Amino acid sequence: MNPLLLWFYQTGSPANFERFAKRWSSWFIWPACALMAWGIYAALVEVPADYQQGNSYRILFIHVPSAWMSLFIYVAMAVNAFIALVWRIKLSELLAMSCAPIGAAFTAITLLTGAFWGKPTWGTWWSWDARMTSELVLLFLYLGVMGLYAAIEDRRAAARAACFLALIGLVNLPIVHYSVVWWNTLHQGATIRLIGKSSIDPAMVPPLIAMTIGTKLWFVGSLLTRTRAALIEQESGKDWVRRLLLPITSRGDTR
Amino acid sequence: MTEPNALTGFAAVFSRDLRLVWRRRGDALQPALFAVLVASLFPLALGPEPQTLARIAPGVIWVALLLASLLSLDVLFRSDLDDGSLEQFMLAPQPLAALVMAKVVVHWLTSSLPLLLAAPLLAELLFMPHELLQVLLVSLALGTPLLSLIGAVVVALTVGMRRSGMLLALLALPLYVPVLILGAGSVMAAAQGFTSNGALLLMAAGLVMMLVAAPLAAASALRIALT
Amino acid sequence: MSEFFAMDGHGVYIWSSYAVFLLILVGDALAPRLRLRRVQRELAQRLRRQAGKGQSSTQPS
Repeated sequence: MNPLLLWFYQTGSPANFERFAKRWSSWFIWPACALMAWGIYAALVEVPADYQQGNSYRILFIHVPSAWMSLFIYVAMAVNAFIALVWRIKLSELLAMSCAPIGAAFTAITLLTGAFWGKPTWGTWWSWDARMTSELVLLFLYLGVMGLYAAIEDRRAAARAACFLALIGLVNLPIVHYSVVWWNTLHQGATIRLIGKSSIDPAMVPPLIAMTIGTKLWFVGSLLTRTRAALIEQESGKDWVRRLLLPITSRGDTR
Repeated sequence: MTEPNALTGFAAVFSRDLRLVWRRRGDALQPALFAVLVASLFPLALGPEPQTLARIAPGVIWVALLLASLLSLDVLFRSDLDDGSLEQFMLAPQPLAALVMAKVVVHWLTSSLPLLLAAPLLAELLFMPHELLQVLLVSLALGTPLLSLIGAVVVALTVGMRRSGMLLALLALPLYVPVLILGAGSVMAAAQGFTSNGALLLMAAGLVMMLVAAPLAAASALRIALT
Repeated sequence: MSEFFAMDGHGVYIWSSYAVFLLILVGDALAPRLRLRRVQRELAQRLRRQAGKGQSSTQPS
């Protein structure tokens, strides 16, 4: 059998995935922290103030990568949701469901930092332009998936329903975005461009790249940790979980 | 006996549901009454000045009808779930999508059509300019079926959940946003002198797609929710 | 130094943004660990209850 396929099958089994996630998650989280630490330092200290916006544009280094992540994670969630619905793979269900809270977190960061950026720069906390409105709807889509997953008792049925909802939401998102674009043309003057007309100074690029890659690595690491926790909780009646946790619980040690 | 197929299934469920609604025909007026009440809240909150109300009238009417449609969705599958008919539908040889479509059509006819008839009344209450009435009615005629179809998918997904009312609303509203934007926006465009054809055509296109896609999606959702 | 914190008067917004970012990520990191700790606790309790009743507590894995 194709070695890659074999690896997928093997890692897809719960006990193997638990080991895989436990081993690899730190290899994503710590480099992510390092990259983001450097990125934040550079964003605050090294990069000069923007000639138009002054210092408030430094928020961009948080806001833009978070916005990209909020969309990227939704696509990742939808892909896993599709796999879960079509092939009924339990691990894909858990991966998809674990994506949702991380995606919601980045969407919340995007919305909040967007507001913090908007106030000093354009004088308003909020505007109903296409991007901000779509981002708000995106937050509700994430929360809807999480809410539906929590509302059904049978975990596998809940995951299937929430995955279905995630896929419906995926179709909805571009529709919302373009309908708001059209709607804003009716209400001239209400649009606010989030990224200014000024082309980006080359000095600003490295921290932005660092934050972009850092947040992606963080996502993978966090996804592995969350999925592992969900897997252990869902399989807690099984022998392999007992063997895994028992030595620790009998020692009274927590990890 | 004719061969069971999608058309016979559709016709059977359609006439059954229509008969059931007729037996409780008083209930069919409730969404319309709700819409009138909600629309009345705005003058009460904002003051009775005709100019203010006229400006927001199309939007308020759209929101009122949207909320009324949302609230009336809950009963789409409830009685069938309670008496076991829903399971029979799922086991029937006819395609489940056709049966679901019949239910959605009856639901639209009995809940949203009265709303459409209430719209001119609401327009008068909110001092909406008469020139806008035609666009409003067309946008509602295209929009309310869309809302029913999209809502049916979400209701199917949450069928059988107790206390699902608020969750249903939270899940459905983000999906309703484009319909509201295009529907209310088309009337706003007409109010500002622009053509509303673009938005209306988009809604019509969406409706055509949903007529095919939504029953299929709702059938899948039912199977997911009830396994 | 105080100039650094003030950021030309935009300090509140900038530092709030970075604080929000760090707080939310810390929360994201902690949540699964707290969940695991809870699962361990509950599993230990369940095993103690079952041992107390003298039942076999193994299931096929």
